[in-house]
Amino acid sequence: MKKLFLLLLGCGFSTIAITDEFTQQDVNRWQAQFEQVASEGRALWISADLGKNGVACAQCHPNAADTHPETYPKFQKQLGRVVQIWEMINWCIRNPLEGNVLAADDPDMIALQAYIYKERRGVALEPGKH
Amino acid sequence: MTTNRRDFLRQAGAGMVAGMLPMSMVKLSFADQQQDFFFAYISDAHIQHIKGNQFVRNWDQGLIRAVAETNLLEPKPDFVVFGGDLAQLGTKPELDHGAEILSGLKYKTYAVMGEHDYYLDLGDYWSELYGDQYYSFDHKGVHFIVLNSILTYDDWTFERWPTAEQRMLEMAGLDNPNGSPFMVGDKQLKWLENDLSKVKKSTPVVVLSHSPLQKIYRGWNFWTEEAEQVQKLLKPFKSANVIYGHVHQIQYNQIDNIAFTSVMATAWPWPYPASYAQAESHLPMLTVPINRADPFNERDATGWQFINMHSGRMDMHFNLYDNANRTVAFNRERNRPEDIKYQPQSHRIPPQQHY
Ligand code: HEC
Ligand SMILES: [Fe+2]
Ligand SMILES: [Fe+2]
Repeated sequence: MKKLFLLLLGCGFSTIAITDEFTQQDVNRWQAQFEQVASEGRALWISADLGKNGVACAQCHPNAADTHPETYPKFQKQLGRVVQIWEMINWCIRNPLEGNVLAADDPDMIALQAYIYKERRGVALEPGKH
Repeated sequence: MTTNRRDFLRQAGAGMVAGMLPMSMVKLSFADQQQDFFFAYISDAHIQHIKGNQFVRNWDQGLIRAVAETNLLEPKPDFVVFGGDLAQLGTKPELDHGAEILSGLKYKTYAVMGEHDYYLDLGDYWSELYGDQYYSFDHKGVHFIVLNSILTYDDWTFERWPTAEQRMLEMAGLDNPNGSPFMVGDKQLKWLENDLSKVKKSTPVVVLSHSPLQKIYRGWNFWTEEAEQVQKLLKPFKSANVIYGHVHQIQYNQIDNIAFTSVMATAWPWPYPASYAQAESHLPMLTVPINRADPFNERDATGWQFINMHSGRMDMHFNLYDNANRTVAFNRERNRPEDIKYQPQSHRIPPQQHY
């Protein structure tokens, strides 16, 4: 496969864009995609409808503070194993919000994480830290 | 889910509750009977209406438990203060439901206005229940002042929002960038100046406000716009004290001769502002944070407090459900409030490390 690729490159397919080539415009578009999803996450964060009792994540986690995404995966003593952050998000949906849990790849779950990570940008990764 | 007070009391059981009260409750000895007494403080209940007769069970439980435990205090407190944010969105059902739970208190109760009680009808219904929004009273030689410190710029209150409901929602979001800083306002500042002018400088003064009357973090309104002006008015007093709610966490500070201590919420705890990585904040250096909350225990890091006043200063006892009880007492030698157990750096424990 690799050989073939090199061979094709060698043959000078100059009209086909080289796969690792991208423009500033691409970068801007990808960033905008992320920002869009993060802002959907913020909307869910303050929404009274994510759970069932009208409580929103933001009531207890202003600016997503105290969600510590940089510490995941980590050992959660109450669950007795190493978990990813979406499991703790579901814990909080299920309990304080008295709502239905989301699948790990649910677009809402991804949006919540995009927002959480955005608010925590710049903080060093510390997987496993309690 | 509606809450059933009788069920709760059965679960809690007098014996169990008494067992959770710190022993110091039972024997308080005071040097100067004239100015020494104690009172209880409950705050930030955030009673939240779902629909019909349904309220958020979690917040109901916090307030019900505070009332039940306060009623078991021995000796009895002289009075109780409710520190504001009785409701979540200021509606009549919320204020009524909260007031009904609070009415279970067997003691005279003073109330302080919180922003969640105010911004729907600008305090009208709250005032029907609790009367004046700012006032003062004297108790055993101490001058108490209650402020409504959650006002804000007129433009924000009266011009910005199409409906009262939206105004309430905008102010209810702690981290909402459309919010507006808390203020005491000129009218009340003048009243305060006048009220204090009649008080001897040697008389201990205790100000009860919802917002901190100091500037900690504007982004979450851990803040009062005219903090310096209020502090200036309190400065001439030998023993000035401020107790504030709103922050849902332990904070304490000393500025000149003014001792500041916050109270906990019965509803939920808040992160310390430093845990928001995108902004600078100024938690008083003196504060030893509460032990980090366990999210698997819904009452963890909520609670209520009792306060003993002795010779014009106060010791704040935090009665924290499922978290280590704390006492922040006034240290006369160092002229500041200090945690009686954890104050020295070397005495702090890992759960007090927040990040
Ligand atoms: C009643 C208050 C409350 C509400 C509402 C709430 N949480 Fe939590 N949550 C907590 C507390 C308290 C913690 C523990 C914080 C700590 O570790 O200091 C926590 C922890 C977490 C953690 C793990 C933090 C860590 O350090 O590992 C995540 C992730 C989380 N919450 C996400 C959410 C999301 C998403 C929502 C909305 C669906 C939500 N929470 C709603 C109280 C709440
Ligand atoms: Fe509050
Ligand atoms: Fe408040």
